[in-house]
Amino acid sequence: MSDSGILTGEYFINGDEACAEGAIAAGCRFFAGYPITPATEIAERMARRLPQVQGICIQMEDEIASMAAILGASWGGTKSMTATSGPGFSLMMENIGLGMMTETPCVIVNIMRGGPSTGLPTLVGQADVMQARWGSHGDYEVIALSPSSPQEMFNLTIEAFNLSEIYRLPVLILGDELVGHMSEKVIIPPSDQIHQVSRVRPSQSPDGYLPFMAGDNLVPPMACAGEGYHVHVTGLTHDEQGYPQTTAQVHERLVRRLADKIRHNTSKIIQVEEFETANSEVMVVAYGCTSRTAREAVQILRSEGKKVGLLRLITLWPFPEERIRQVAQGIKAFIVPEINYGQIAYEVERCSQGRAETVLLPLMGGAIHTPENIMEAVKEYLP
Amino acid sequence: MKIRYQPIVPFDQEGFNRLKDEQHGLHPDDQYLKPGRIPHIWCPGCGLGVVLNTYINALKMTGIPIDRSVVVSGIGCTGRVAGYLNMDTYHTTHGRAIPFATGLSLTRPDLSVTVFSGDGDLFAIGGNHFIHAARRNVNLKVICVNNFNYGMTGGQVAPTTPVSARTTTTPYGNSEASFNLPYLAHASGAVYVARWTTFHARQLVNAIAETFSIDGFTFIEVIAPCPVGYGRPNKIGSGLDEMIYYKENSIVQNGADPRNVDIALKGKIVVGKFSEEKRPTFLGEYEEKILKKFRRTET
Ligand SMILES: Cc1ncc(C[n+]2csc(CCOP(=O)(O)OP(=O)(O)O)c2C)c(N)n1
Ligand code: SF4
Repeated sequence: MSDSGILTGEYFINGDEACAEGAIAAGCRFFAGYPITPATEIAERMARRLPQVQGICIQMEDEIASMAAILGASWGGTKSMTATSGPGFSLMMENIGLGMMTETPCVIVNIMRGGPSTGLPTLVGQADVMQARWGSHGDYEVIALSPSSPQEMFNLTIEAFNLSEIYRLPVLILGDELVGHMSEKVIIPPSDQIHQVSRVRPSQSPDGYLPFMAGDNLVPPMACAGEGYHVHVTGLTHDEQGYPQTTAQVHERLVRRLADKIRHNTSKIIQVEEFETANSEVMVVAYGCTSRTAREAVQILRSEGKKVGLLRLITLWPFPEERIRQVAQGIKAFIVPEINYGQIAYEVERCSQGRAETVLLPLMGGAIHTPENIMEAVKEYLP
Repeated sequence: MKIRYQPIVPFDQEGFNRLKDEQHGLHPDDQYLKPGRIPHIWCPGCGLGVVLNTYINALKMTGIPIDRSVVVSGIGCTGRVAGYLNMDTYHTTHGRAIPFATGLSLTRPDLSVTVFSGDGDLFAIGGNHFIHAARRNVNLKVICVNNFNYGMTGGQVAPTTPVSARTTTTPYGNSEASFNLPYLAHASGAVYVARWTTFHARQLVNAIAETFSIDGFTFIEVIAPCPVGYGRPNKIGSGLDEMIYYKENSIVQNGADPRNVDIALKGKIVVGKFSEEKRPTFLGEYEEKILKKFRRTET
């Protein structure tokens, strides 16, 4: 283990464990969580690993408390994370909204299982995509990343921390049971090759400091507890001073900035992997574990000479609207396999604006698509 | 879709400066209050001003600098306390002040973290967090303002409302049993438990000041008038009448068994410091039993 506590080397670990290692590599030193399948391994790994780097891991009384605690820790100046699955994610919603409104950097991992309700605790689902986007009340923009392998659980957890620190908001990782529980080779690079970003701190003195006054990038520098800035942090609509101002004018200004700080930077945030997309006539759009099946289907079809490609969504939110719009111009159809009854497919359909057909391949959870499922759908358009 | 946004009205820096400069600094306690925040939102006769004042006086008495103390509140009239204090203050979600403060206190053990909230916030929606933080003995100074009802939402029943008391959601009188908060706090593991009313301002200052130097989860219940939600509907009267009721019906009984300090409608109120004990804190144990194992020795 290096000085930074990063376990540089090659490992055969599962996605949940890789996520915990990614968090530690990103500089996370506070974890609060509540056990839930299939995310428990993250908490367990954090409980073992955080003390080794002088961090704190606490099992709270529920997910509401876990979410509140990581917000508190973040204002304490410590990078913080929680991890859960569907039922716990539902409980976290109100405090995720608090994090959005108070611009609190932190990371929330949801290892999706089959829902609704207790659903399929041990089996895969991808049905929390819209909940991640709209789950807390009110209007706000989110960043949600979708890893498709243990290696990506590691990489994207670091990315999630960096994005949360850059844009000052809770960032979501939407993993799924399959990726969380599968074991694969994970390479953890040396600490000097890990890119760590930390929130910008105020450069001026506390006198006349406005804690929620942002510059051109729309992200205000963050003064944490005990630094002498006397910041009031509230989930109420607040002005640049941080004072509650429950008027339509201030609300419009604040909520617009919160949305715009993400909207104006979508091109920097969004990542889509393109696989065999050149000259494609049909495009599969997939994410998480489903993208692994989709890749195989595309490979087989390409070997048969079919012009089909894969857009693998690494960023689910903000949704890669531009790319979908462009692709829609030149293809016959989008094929969208998802382990739900249609969530991302509606986004694809919306962005394709009728230029290409959208075909949803739904699956309710507990199983994954087979390459044949996807190949059959593609062949309707490329016989 | 084309979008036509409403124009944005920019922050009125000049207006804010005026508010700050013209109305701030005249009162000797203004250094403890956020510039431009007074007048507060509380009703005439409300007990919350007294409680805010006693907290400030406790800071003065102990000399704890405002840069070293933070306040976390939930939602409610009491939850608004945070917003007036000139320090780092956090106004969180309903019931969640304690877990938020837990994250803050564990990552900044050098700061004095006080949780100010109402009885509904801390013991209805937030009750589970209260008992667990007390059990863990997280280093938090909890001040619960008990006005026997939900003030902010207009006087509904709370878990502290005495049997038979009238609130807007118990129009025929409350039929539920209420919590005895000191007993609950003590049983959950709080290392310091006291109760005072806003009539006992001096004792309250001393009690708050005393808790600042205690390492662990401390609990002070402050009985406070809410003429709007509790006093008038129950024919106790105005804020002043409620203070007179406290004066005439409080019994100071330090060391009283917390099991016996229930409060009935218009009944006697036992006040005092009920218990103090020493117990390892969450962070102390985490340091000692876990973090120490991995601390590199200086060479
Ligand atoms: C999740 C949620 N539910 C309900 C409310 C509405 N609400 C605001 S304050 C409050 C009760 C406050 O009562 P208490 O904690 O006793 O504080 P007081 O106002 O009496 O000081 C309620 C129910 C809310 N803000 N959030
Ligand atoms: S409603 Fe009650 S608690 Fe709230 S400000 Fe008025 S008097 Fe105080």
